[in-house]
Amino acid sequence: MASQIVQHEHSSTLKHHFASDAQQLDAATIGMWLFLVTEIMFFGGLFLAYFAYRQAYPAAFASASNKTNLWLGAANTTVLICSSLTMALAVHAASLGKRTLLVLFLILTLLLGGAFLGVKAYEYHDKWVHHEIPGAHFECEGCEDAGHAPLFFSLYFGMTGLHATHMLVGFVLLVIIIVQAARGKFTAKWYTPVEMFGLYWHFVDIVWIFLFPLLYLIDRSHTGLK
Amino acid sequence: MSDHNEQHHIVPVPVYIAVFLTLIAMTWVTAWVSTVDLGHLNIFVALSIAIFKASIVILFFMHVKYGTRLTKMIVLAGIYWLILLLFIVMADLWTRTWMGVPGR
Repeated sequence: MASQIVQHEHSSTLKHHFASDAQQLDAATIGMWLFLVTEIMFFGGLFLAYFAYRQAYPAAFASASNKTNLWLGAANTTVLICSSLTMALAVHAASLGKRTLLVLFLILTLLLGGAFLGVKAYEYHDKWVHHEIPGAHFECEGCEDAGHAPLFFSLYFGMTGLHATHMLVGFVLLVIIIVQAARGKFTAKWYTPVEMFGLYWHFVDIVWIFLFPLLYLIDRSHTGLK
Repeated sequence: MSDHNEQHHIVPVPVYIAVFLTLIAMTWVTAWVSTVDLGHLNIFVALSIAIFKASIVILFFMHVKYGTRLTKMIVLAGIYWLILLLFIVMADLWTRTWMGVPGR
């Protein structure tokens, strides 16, 4: 026992209230997942609102969702999946203690996230130009049950907006982690912030994996609009 | 510290690449399928592909496959609560029209 205690004191990244590095990492992972579970329920409420209104006004949702740009959405999904890959590779580089590679992959993740938000801004602008933002000047050309179309667009902006907000928060965290990584704060033995941020970034990716089919794809084929 | 090595299970890069290519392929498959009229099956196919994509992200990119049982349990509990939220409310909304409940 005594020798074990002495051994613990050698690790500078191990907080004294943990028995081992493994236990410390376990606690961090579980804490992060508990946070992500609250995030699942946070977005879950919006998904529930979407499903409830979609089944109440199917015609309005079908024609309004055809106003989204399918191929732009698919391209943006591709960009976000690429950023998830670079994030996974960043965690991999961190686990091998390769500092330059870690910084490189983190910067790539930041750039791909920026590209995603750029395309999103273009889509928002497009909606603005076509008066598809709910409010006094709302128009939905050729929509069935157009009186309920603002419901779809409210959910569209609410859900993609909350998702984009999560990405902006991710940017701030990512910049901090890039600076820390460049200064050599992380080692192959301890890179928990990189790993935990990776979980957050992949979670944001998963939210988009569900937003893409629900907002862009469903009812695409029935209404004849492409 | 043998348990420390277990904690930092290093996933080989080819696994990440394989998961990535599957995700990209599924994205374009689901985009293409949406233009084919499958009737009520469209939403089923779109959500099945999304659930599959989310599962491989959770298992491989988020390392849950290599995680502790407690981590796995927390993830499953989160998904379980989400299913409760969605299905209990939707079961109510779906079945209301079946029986001609007064006031509707």
